[in-house]
Amino acid sequence: MRTMVIVGSGPAAFTAAIYASRAGLQPLLAASSVQAGGELMNTTEVENYPGFPDGILGPDLMARFQAQAERFGTEIVHDDVTELDLDTGVKRVQLSDGTVHECATVIVATGSAYRKLGLAEEERLSGHGLSWCATCDGFFFRDKTIAVVGGGDSAMEEAMFLTRFAERVYVVHRRERLRASHIMQQRAFQNPKITFVWNSQVTAVHGDDAVTGVRLRDTVTGEQRDLDLDGLFVAIGHDPRTHLVHGKLKLTTDGTIAVDGRSSRTSVDGVFAAGDVVDPHYRQAITAAGSGAAAALDAEAYLAALASPAPDGEASSIRPGQYT
Amino acid sequence: MPTRAVDANTFDDEVLRNERPVLVDFWAEWCGPCRALGPVLDQLADSLHDRLDVVKVNVDSAPQLAARYRVTSLPVLKIFRGGAVVHTITGAQPRAAIEEELAAHLG
Repeated sequence: MRTMVIVGSGPAAFTAAIYASRAGLQPLLAASSVQAGGELMNTTEVENYPGFPDGILGPDLMARFQAQAERFGTEIVHDDVTELDLDTGVKRVQLSDGTVHECATVIVATGSAYRKLGLAEEERLSGHGLSWCATCDGFFFRDKTIAVVGGGDSAMEEAMFLTRFAERVYVVHRRERLRASHIMQQRAFQNPKITFVWNSQVTAVHGDDAVTGVRLRDTVTGEQRDLDLDGLFVAIGHDPRTHLVHGKLKLTTDGTIAVDGRSSRTSVDGVFAAGDVVDPHYRQAITAAGSGAAAALDAEAYLAALASPAPDGEASSIRPGQYT
Repeated sequence: MPTRAVDANTFDDEVLRNERPVLVDFWAEWCGPCRALGPVLDQLADSLHDRLDVVKVNVDSAPQLAARYRVTSLPVLKIFRGGAVVHTITGAQPRAAIEEELAAHLG
């Protein structure tokens, strides 16, 4: 039986792995088969991760996380977890190749997934002008007219990246001010190729076998109008990736995994959660990394208490908490 | 059998005139999910070597092929049989999901 399995491969998972492996827990980290590295794999320059004053590319940063975890003995398996059995004292983590890993602790750091627009034509046009990955697909929109939907940092980053290729980039946002950070807003406002479309919600995507435009609804007046486009990039946020723990761990009303106070302890003993899957607010590489460190330390304390129970028979460092 | 790189000069012979089904991976260096999918395709090429060929098209060096097959998103996998696309898989999917989609198109 293993001491620890970490599910995930973003900053939270790898930081947990660095701490746990340095603590001698020899964790197994289940990175997925094709999405290893998490959210930063689809970003370009990361300018706000401390320690990199000149910035670093997202995939390069993740390669460093991984190298640091491996240096201390983290074992990495590139397969997808298909089933988590968290009910019993011994947890079971099943991979898509059928392998089952038994372990004493599990750290869930499965991150978040792109939020969809929720439109009927989304699936059909996905990959045909409708995209969730500017760094992957921007190349195909040279001298084209495209739109980015969203008002946060990722929407601004995508819009600015896309101006390298596109002739005109509309940023469609349903409010009249952005959520994005000050510096990202300023850069976007100063970019001559970017045009903002305020108070507008995408209600339909036009096109038979490729995107030709969108239908917009004015969120103030309710008026509808069409905007002709060659491509549409969606950056309207993320939802925590919790499908593996539905019905097994308590969730919050935000849909994130509930943890006890500022700790990483979930509603099941020996199961800890970190990163975007517990965080509806901050969602930064650095906050995810911090919560990954906390999860490894919480798990270490849990294992220590299991090994040497307090004299009254209760594991002193583990208290049932309030999961709200 | 490993995956093979094909370009605009070899595509017709290797893919369109191939008697076996061919899985074509359109990819690029700068596409993170494409790089993640690479090892999965190597595994598939290995495990399914008696049933299909797996080839890779770098869209940077063969933009005309990307344009011919109207690729606007990476990574994308296209299954060719008898010179025509019979199925398209968009985005980096887990190995099991790709195998499932391939199954219907393998003789």
